[in-house]
Amino acid sequence: MNWRRATLAVAFSAPIIGLLGFGLTRDPKQIDSPLPGKAAPAFSLAVFAPGEGETALAVGDTVRLAGHAGKIVVVNFWASWCLQCRDEHRDLSTAATSYFDRGVRFVGVLYNDQESFGLRWIDEMGGQTYPSVLDPRTRTAIDYGLYGVPETFLISQDGRVAYKHIGPISERLLSYKLDSLLRDGARTP
Amino acid sequence: MTRLLGASSLLIALGVAIYAALALLVGARKHRAELLRSGAVAVYAVWALATVATLSMVYALVAHDFSVEYVARVGSRATPLFYTVISLWGALEGSILFWIFVLTSLSALVVYQNRAREGTLIWYTGGVLMLISIFFLILLVGPANPFGLVSPVPADGPGPNPLLQNHPLMAVHPPLLYLGYVGMSVPFAFGIGAVLSGEIDSDGWIRLTRRWLLIAWAFLSAAIVAGMWWSYEVLGWGGYWAWDPVENASFLPWLTATAFLHSVMVQERRGLLKLWNLNLIVATFALTILGTFLTRSGVLSSVHAFSEGPIGRYFLAFIALVLVGSFALVAGNSERLRPTGSLDSAVSRESVFLLNNLFLTAFTVTVLVGTLFPLVAEAIRGVKVSVGEPFFNRMTLPICAALLFLMGVGPALPWRRASRDVLRKQLIPPAIVALAAVMVSFVVGVRSPYGLATFAFGGFALTANLREFVDGAMARRRALGESPVIALGRLVGANRRRYGGYIAHLGVLTLTLGIAASSTFRTEREGTLQKGQTMDVGRFTVRLDDVSYREEPQRGVIAGLVTVLRDGREVGRMEPRMNFYPTSDQPVPTPSVRSRPAGDLYINLQAFSQDGSNATLRVIVEPLVPWIWIGGMIVCLGALVSMGGRKAPAPATVRVRADRTVPTGAATEGAS
Amino acid sequence: MTVGGVLMTAVLVAFVGVPRPGAPAPVTDGAAPPLYTAQTGTQPGAPVGIPGARDSALEATTTLLASELRCPVCQGNSIQDSPSELAQEMRNLIRDQLRAGKSPDDVRAYFVDKYGEWILLAPKPEGLNLVVYLVPFLAILVGGAVVWRTVRKWTAHNPVPPT
Repeated sequence: MNWRRATLAVAFSAPIIGLLGFGLTRDPKQIDSPLPGKAAPAFSLAVFAPGEGETALAVGDTVRLAGHAGKIVVVNFWASWCLQCRDEHRDLSTAATSYFDRGVRFVGVLYNDQESFGLRWIDEMGGQTYPSVLDPRTRTAIDYGLYGVPETFLISQDGRVAYKHIGPISERLLSYKLDSLLRDGARTP
Repeated sequence: MTRLLGASSLLIALGVAIYAALALLVGARKHRAELLRSGAVAVYAVWALATVATLSMVYALVAHDFSVEYVARVGSRATPLFYTVISLWGALEGSILFWIFVLTSLSALVVYQNRAREGTLIWYTGGVLMLISIFFLILLVGPANPFGLVSPVPADGPGPNPLLQNHPLMAVHPPLLYLGYVGMSVPFAFGIGAVLSGEIDSDGWIRLTRRWLLIAWAFLSAAIVAGMWWSYEVLGWGGYWAWDPVENASFLPWLTATAFLHSVMVQERRGLLKLWNLNLIVATFALTILGTFLTRSGVLSSVHAFSEGPIGRYFLAFIALVLVGSFALVAGNSERLRPTGSLDSAVSRESVFLLNNLFLTAFTVTVLVGTLFPLVAEAIRGVKVSVGEPFFNRMTLPICAALLFLMGVGPALPWRRASRDVLRKQLIPPAIVALAAVMVSFVVGVRSPYGLATFAFGGFALTANLREFVDGAMARRRALGESPVIALGRLVGANRRRYGGYIAHLGVLTLTLGIAASSTFRTEREGTLQKGQTMDVGRFTVRLDDVSYREEPQRGVIAGLVTVLRDGREVGRMEPRMNFYPTSDQPVPTPSVRSRPAGDLYINLQAFSQDGSNATLRVIVEPLVPWIWIGGMIVCLGALVSMGGRKAPAPATVRVRADRTVPTGAATEGAS
Repeated sequence: MTVGGVLMTAVLVAFVGVPRPGAPAPVTDGAAPPLYTAQTGTQPGAPVGIPGARDSALEATTTLLASELRCPVCQGNSIQDSPSELAQEMRNLIRDQLRAGKSPDDVRAYFVDKYGEWILLAPKPEGLNLVVYLVPFLAILVGGAVVWRTVRKWTAHNPVPPT
């Protein structure tokens, strides 16, 4: 047995083992979006579900991101066939109402679905407080680098993507993120 | 009851396997016959216990015993019996149970076959096999225990993964793959056993090893092709290979094993490459374990990945042990693996084998680095990158072309040395065919350089390999007056190893032709058709007749009814479907394939409208696809032919010219 | 037809973790057959055959680009190969961008902007990524040198030239 060579062979295989070990600590499905920090992609989409009360818009109206300049915009991508969207629905609706006066606008974007199914879903879920828009041919979704639904984007007052959330979002997280955005916005008008 | 039987057999098997490993390794070292005898009996006992455990699981599955954790997870009363039985390997724990069943069966077989063999090689080999079994048994009694208790007992289960119960090929591909993967443990054990027993400098072990590696290689080849076929039939995009990490994982050990099957001949005939061959054996085994790790740890994302479990860490430890242990052992003993022969000439079949090994190794490195690179990038840059099909196609096509070329040169060159005359005689006819192949494929419309190279080298290799059969048979015919068929049969029979190899070459060429033609001349169209509308794709016209829904016990089926027309005449009806399983929120595409020797018509139902009035179809015309599967079968046939027959090749000491007067099998070896 | 019933059960029973809506399962009530959207940009009721002679160079570039980009809702498939709706729209988007005069590099840059480097199935040959492109060549070069030296060493004892 030549121990020098044996040690050399062992040293040679160490990096491979290290690499595989590192792999175990990673989740291949978690892919960071390059969008946060960048200017939010503009969109201009037609309303199909009006929303409720003061947040309401007329069906057929166009929602433009540019039209909300200076406000925080929460863009939520959803679909009627999406199960996790049911989990976050109430939280989003509540936050949309409670943050309206503080200059936060919510908009739902229907992803890969049909208008009638979207409307029926909203009905089944007991309404949606903010307007939802149609995204024909999923162009806006692709602009936002969507992997699936639900995904929620927080756009700061200066029109940048401040935060992207994958999966159902909770009211608690939403409030936390919105509050800190509002604070930052107040500090740097 | 079944649960207890299964769980306790596994636990006892673990204990017995530990005893077997100790008894065999210690017995072999200390030359204690009674320890070795009891060790052998323990090996058989482990096999019996693993068989009992496996059968209990099959029984539990068939009896819908939902108190067994694994059955509760993959079983369902609605699943047809066939898919119930094969769901044995449909999920992680069951697949490991099946793995240990195959591994212990092979271990018992190896020990039983060679129990009377002189020396300690077989006992060390058995000991190593038991060490490997211990690892898998630890998984089975620990983190991957399929016999866990479910309480309260559910009334029904969700059924197997939809992708796995959607096609009968799932009954074929996994067992073949396990036989191939697990089979590679045997050559590895022989290699380590040879080092441990000190028989490394004798020739006996390499012959045993080669035979076992060839068997495993045949299963692995079949498994890879069956896997391609399954992807093609189930995934709905009309392709069969996507360079997915798991596909790569099955391909890597195949590459190194293929390299070994060639280079081992240089060792057998010339006493060269001993260290290299041992390394190939170890690498092949390590790559099978790496492949299993990648499939089951969730490190890389893949269509074929099993659900993630905690067993990744166990596998990592095992890989570390295998790599460190075996490479240290091999490197530490490399002095004893010095070459004992020499080469006569650089222009010889031996050199071609060296080049073949060079390119197969480069192929392995390319695929391995490409597969693992996303991890490297993430570790160093913290950024996720992808390495997929376009990369692998670009990088491996030149290597494939080189290998095709060598596949023609190898059989054409004699062992030892090739004179200029021989070179001319052997290489010019294939070269002419290669030229013709280029011209024909150019006329047919191939323009890419690699496409042309593939057809050229393919034609070259085809001619060179076919000539071996034709010339050999003709020589026999002339010398012995046999009829052509008998001459061919006896030619192959007299030298099965060699002609089996050529048959495998013909299989690989057939498969290559299928891949080259189907990827170069693929016509694809996608469109939404109203009922009654038609769409032209290549020579075919497809008409959507209806979109219907029906329920089957275990699933809902949306089917598009499509009539296929050719030159205005109806030539068939097809039914591309989407199957909805209760366990999945996504439909499983179930394309319909019309296979003919000239090629396939492949229709996938992409989408359908809510009122059933229209459907979106993806229609693909792919020439020569069936030849990929046929090529795979020919490769296996070649391996089968190669397995039997005379054990040892004659050391190449006889002058090649002598073959002319003895046209048994080696008629074209040097001259004729 | 009780499609909806089965599918509703299907959807309710199956709650799969990660959002991955590439191929949405329909949620419908009892009567209606399921929706599995079929909005391919083709006019319903279009005449026999689907849009005929498209610009073939444009199609070729579209196909090439689509096979270089990874489908976000699949497992390693390219958007050319993926049957999912999103991939289909991405193919249309590529075509539209090319038609609008963007270069293939612009299109790639657009997708990298939105999805990150992850979306390129062949990593850009720059920086660290060069490793994955150079190692195979290195393997052949170094291996070739080793083979050459080995053959020379092994044939050294046999000065007989080939006849």
